[in-house]
Amino acid sequence: MKDAIITIKGLTKNFNGFTAVNDISFEVKGGHIFAFLGPNGAGKTTTIKMLTTLLNPSKGDIVLNGIDPTKDKDKARRSFGIVFQDPSLDDELTAYENMEFHGAIYKVPKRLREDRIAYLMNLVGLFERRNDRIKTFSGGMKRRLEIARGLIHHPKILFLDEPTLGLDPQTRNSIWDYIKKLNMEEGMTVFFTTHYMEEAEKVADTIAIIDKGIILKTGTAEELKGLTKTKSLEEAFLKLTGYSIREERSGAVDNLRTAKRIWGR
Amino acid sequence: MEVLYVMWLRQIKKYWRSRARMIGSLGQPLLFLIAFGFGFGSIYQKAEGGNFIQFLAPGIIAMSILFTAMFTGIELIWDRQFGFLKETLVAPVSRPLIMLGRTLGGATVSVFQGVVVLLVSLLVGFKIGNPALLPLALLFMFLIALLFTAFGTAIASRMDDMQAFPLVMNFIIMPIFFFSGALFPLEGLSGPIEVITNFNPLSYGVDGLRGALGGVYHFGLFADLAVLVLTTTFLFAAGSYLFSKIEI
Ligand SMILES: Nc1ncnc2c1ncn2[C@@H]1O[C@H](COP(=O)(O)OP(=O)(O)O)[C@@H](O)[C@H]1O
Ligand SMILES: [Mg+2]
Repeated sequence: MKDAIITIKGLTKNFNGFTAVNDISFEVKGGHIFAFLGPNGAGKTTTIKMLTTLLNPSKGDIVLNGIDPTKDKDKARRSFGIVFQDPSLDDELTAYENMEFHGAIYKVPKRLREDRIAYLMNLVGLFERRNDRIKTFSGGMKRRLEIARGLIHHPKILFLDEPTLGLDPQTRNSIWDYIKKLNMEEGMTVFFTTHYMEEAEKVADTIAIIDKGIILKTGTAEELKGLTKTKSLEEAFLKLTGYSIREERSGAVDNLRTAKRIWGR
Repeated sequence: MEVLYVMWLRQIKKYWRSRARMIGSLGQPLLFLIAFGFGFGSIYQKAEGGNFIQFLAPGIIAMSILFTAMFTGIELIWDRQFGFLKETLVAPVSRPLIMLGRTLGGATVSVFQGVVVLLVSLLVGFKIGNPALLPLALLFMFLIALLFTAFGTAIASRMDDMQAFPLVMNFIIMPIFFFSGALFPLEGLSGPIEVITNFNPLSYGVDGLRGALGGVYHFGLFADLAVLVLTTTFLFAAGSYLFSKIEI
């Protein structure tokens, strides 16, 4: 029986009146691969941001690797790595410089860092392009590099927010193989979101389904299928979350931009 | 230590790679030096002020440091918009250390810019009073640079995008420059303008630089150093605090 490495209780996030995450509670066991599934705008990214010190929760408690990330931010930051949903590379630097920067701020020893960077850049097929600036990269190349970067420091907990969106199946497979290897060999816990249901079904030990800020169900893929009397995770997902297409609200930055446009300068 | 180094290095690389910007930002100080230096030169001499270039050059060096430092500080907003800021925010590095890395990087770049303007002003006739005091002049340049990089970063921590930038330019950076004694002597000022210039940290930077390069201080060497060090410390602490409060 494994212990929980992430515990969330009554976690809530309001954005001026709108509740993006509504009183959610669940656990992720240490060493598990955990899939956090939900339609667009369900609150997945917001939850991950609260877990990773980027946003302060409106309410609720988080324990991450024994640490409260809302209080002990620096200590919490030492426990995890994250691949963000949105771009996060420095366009003016080269691919290698971006990797090197990451390795250095996560204090990976120099030799080990060089080995891992070379290995990971080969894994995602970018080693030949290591000295090119990011601004010459395509969207898919940037994505691959971001994933490779997130793996340099072998974090205890790895958050991946729609990591494989837009990548071809070959790349997805080799990346997941490597992540599973780290999961097996180093007991790295993986917390990821995806819209590819086969991916979740294939790699996840546990799955939670969230919609409109509320957790609908948690369990293994088998349990979710049994519960909904469906044959695939995709069907189970659709049965739980419904078939309607989601309208997304615009985020804070957009709102601010609109406000500024209205107020003028 | 290495953390500090890579953060510093990143700023230097980014600056070095945008040569256009480097050269572009030399245009303004050059224009000021030539237009004001030669334009006001004769009036200044008639008023028995001596050689105006001699008076003006330290002010223009300070100006170019002010501008470069504020810009590199405010560049934080680009990091936010292009997403790189997230990478720094989740890093297991204390916020004051991140702030220090950024500030040192920005300050180095700004001092470099200041040195280039110093060289240019030598070309248009500026003479260094006592070359032995050059290290002191560099120290003042560095303090001005640190102060305003920290200030720029603090401001940028509270801004979401570049929309407010013209506001900062016209209501913060420009007044700091014009009310600093960079362009006119502080001797004999009175009323509100005296109060404003006395409260402007750049006045002490310009004064220190002028003293180190030419030998005459208005506030005095120690007053200049003290005001700059204290203000920098305060802005650095404020910047670290505001930086730690950023949510994305
Ligand atoms: N900063 C913000 N300000 C206002 N609303 C936000 C902000 N961030 C996210 N939202 C809204 O909260 C909801 C959940 O967003 P998000 O967590 O990004 O969803 P997901 O990642 O599941 O697609 C969406 O409706 C989104 O528009
Ligand atoms: Mg999302």
